[in-house]
Amino acid sequence: MTTVAVKPATMAQALTRAMRDAMAADPSVHVMGEDVGTLGGVFRITDGLAEEFGADRCTDTPLAEAGILGTAVGMAMYGLRPVVEMQFDAFAYPAFEQLVSHVAKMRNRTRGKLPLPLTIRIPYGGGIGGVEHHSDASEAYYMATPGLHVVTPATVADAYGLLRAAIASDDPVVLLEPKRLYWSKDSWNPEEPSAVEPIGRAVVRRSGRSATLITYGPSLPVCMEAAEAARAEGWDLEVVDLRSLVPFDDETVSASVRRTGRAVVVHESGGFGGPGGEIAARVTERCFHHLEAPVLRVAGFDLPYPPPMLERHHLPGVDRILDAVGRLQWEAES
Amino acid sequence: MTVMEQRGAYRPTPPPAWQPRTDPAPLLPDAEPYRVLGTDAAAKADPELLRRLYTELVKGRRYNAQATALTKQGRLAVYPSSTGQEACEVAAALVLAEQDWLFPSYRDTLAVVARGVDPVEALTLLRGDWHTGYDPREHRVAPLSTPLATQLPHAVGLAHAARLKGDDVVALAMVGDGGTSEGDFHEALNFAAVWQAPVVFLVQNNGFAISVPLAKQTAAPSLAHKAVGYGMPGRLVDGNDAAAVHEVLADAVRRARAGGGPTLVEAITYRVEAHTNADDATRYRVDAEVETWKRHDPIALLEQELTARGVLDEAAVESARQDAETLAASLRARMNQDPALDPMDLFAHVYAEPTPQLLEQREQLRAELAAGAAPEGAQ
Repeated sequence: MTTVAVKPATMAQALTRAMRDAMAADPSVHVMGEDVGTLGGVFRITDGLAEEFGADRCTDTPLAEAGILGTAVGMAMYGLRPVVEMQFDAFAYPAFEQLVSHVAKMRNRTRGKLPLPLTIRIPYGGGIGGVEHHSDASEAYYMATPGLHVVTPATVADAYGLLRAAIASDDPVVLLEPKRLYWSKDSWNPEEPSAVEPIGRAVVRRSGRSATLITYGPSLPVCMEAAEAARAEGWDLEVVDLRSLVPFDDETVSASVRRTGRAVVVHESGGFGGPGGEIAARVTERCFHHLEAPVLRVAGFDLPYPPPMLERHHLPGVDRILDAVGRLQWEAES
Repeated sequence: MTVMEQRGAYRPTPPPAWQPRTDPAPLLPDAEPYRVLGTDAAAKADPELLRRLYTELVKGRRYNAQATALTKQGRLAVYPSSTGQEACEVAAALVLAEQDWLFPSYRDTLAVVARGVDPVEALTLLRGDWHTGYDPREHRVAPLSTPLATQLPHAVGLAHAARLKGDDVVALAMVGDGGTSEGDFHEALNFAAVWQAPVVFLVQNNGFAISVPLAKQTAAPSLAHKAVGYGMPGRLVDGNDAAAVHEVLADAVRRARAGGGPTLVEAITYRVEAHTNADDATRYRVDAEVETWKRHDPIALLEQELTARGVLDEAAVESARQDAETLAASLRARMNQDPALDPMDLFAHVYAEPTPQLLEQREQLRAELAAGAAPEGAQ
């Protein structure tokens, strides 16, 4: 095999490639959603799929999210593996009843007789200057629904690996795509795509000894930047990328916090009733005797997502993360 | 030249040509519900089919009565009866070929039983020992759907998938009059028509959504008229006339099978019993109305027709009655046995592989059961 130069690829390209590879490998994989066919999706994530696989495999549906997901349920019941695109986080809400009442429950209610191999791709989160209803961090809704797997990539390689894993899964998977990272680049070789890792594993992105930043999706690059900046303050921060919110990798997270003794959870979603509360509780339950300080959260404010000209005040940034790290009771050590 | 100066010479640019995309006339339902029994059309009906419908209707009525009795005895948690609607329930099941799929709502356990599912398995949801008791793929019967109309897009998706695979499969989806107000009804019909999916939608208009009468549900000329807006034919049928329901559904199934796309069928019937055993129908309707409908009873209508044509003798009536009693006795005996319950089942099917979190919780329950007085598996 000739060596292929590893060029920078975007997360968007990796997602497209994942669907293309899955469709080529398995004729039962069908992509469907609004504008996914001729246009290639409003974010162009399905670009070229209709051309390559035909309109029956990559289908422009009527504009109705409950109908899209509801028909996908029926298609999965018949043995297909639908990959549904919801155009934006906040436009996925009409499909919520189908998701909660059927997608999440079908395997359980039929004692495993009717599993639903279904992938639901949802671009989520802010930071792209979107107007109202285009920037919701909606992960807490999905996390609170038993029967769903909920995963979110933060790197180009993970975007490929997690989407392949989602499509291969015999359970429904909600893949939350951080839309502000769609155009983030990384050296990633599309000819030798990353391994398809099992869903449910977190990864340590940066090793450190002082404290652990626990994060995922769109907040990972912010945390990595914060960790760099923290060196000037004398803090050596570890950064854990959850990748999978459900199932939750208690093992990796707890091992990190036991090492560092301090933790801050960082996400865009609101703090009240948000993922951070659950994560902080789990860490505290498992690592209490290793903790030097309460587990803190840096989250979006508990308000409807702000208009684009104000969103920078809402999203967790480096300074807010460093402030939180500063409140981890360092005095006790000195 | 100013706009005012141009005025004399101005000719508006004609808009792009417009014409209706579908001629609505052939899609419109008849003004009156279609009837067979007691009309000239009855002569053409197959006597063998009518006798089969009769037997199934008698069994269905007895099944409804037995399930209601089991509810009163505490053997079922709840039972939404289809008494008075047996013609729709039975015809929906009989009209399908083996490979076809049925998508029932919670009131349609009789259709599920008539399709061949074990009554005890069909009643699992209402007994409460699990949610779906039967294997949907084995019987090609979707789980009973409790959230209204949400099963309709499933039927469309399944039928669409089958057609993509080149399989000869029709899906028949059942919904009530109240369900037609749900968004999923609209979205399912729209998708079905756009995709020309082989689906038949059967609306049993039984007059009430729990307590709310149809007049408060819709201002449409009829529910069948809604089909026209989606570009599919709407058919209106007397839902208590088993021969008519069977014929209309059979036409729709044939049409779907031949690639002609979906049909919406509105069957006019009546919910003779309350919504469920937990409902008090006297709060929203008068007995006189119920009595009027009881005189338009599906079994009596069919019996009169068959007797008049001399194809139903006393022996046949007795045989149907015996079949019904056998069904009821078996159901009674089996439902009076306590179901086997295993609390560990709670964790077994949430995912293909339980998450680490569920494994921890399963061990917690196991420990609780081991520590408690009740042995594991007991009620």
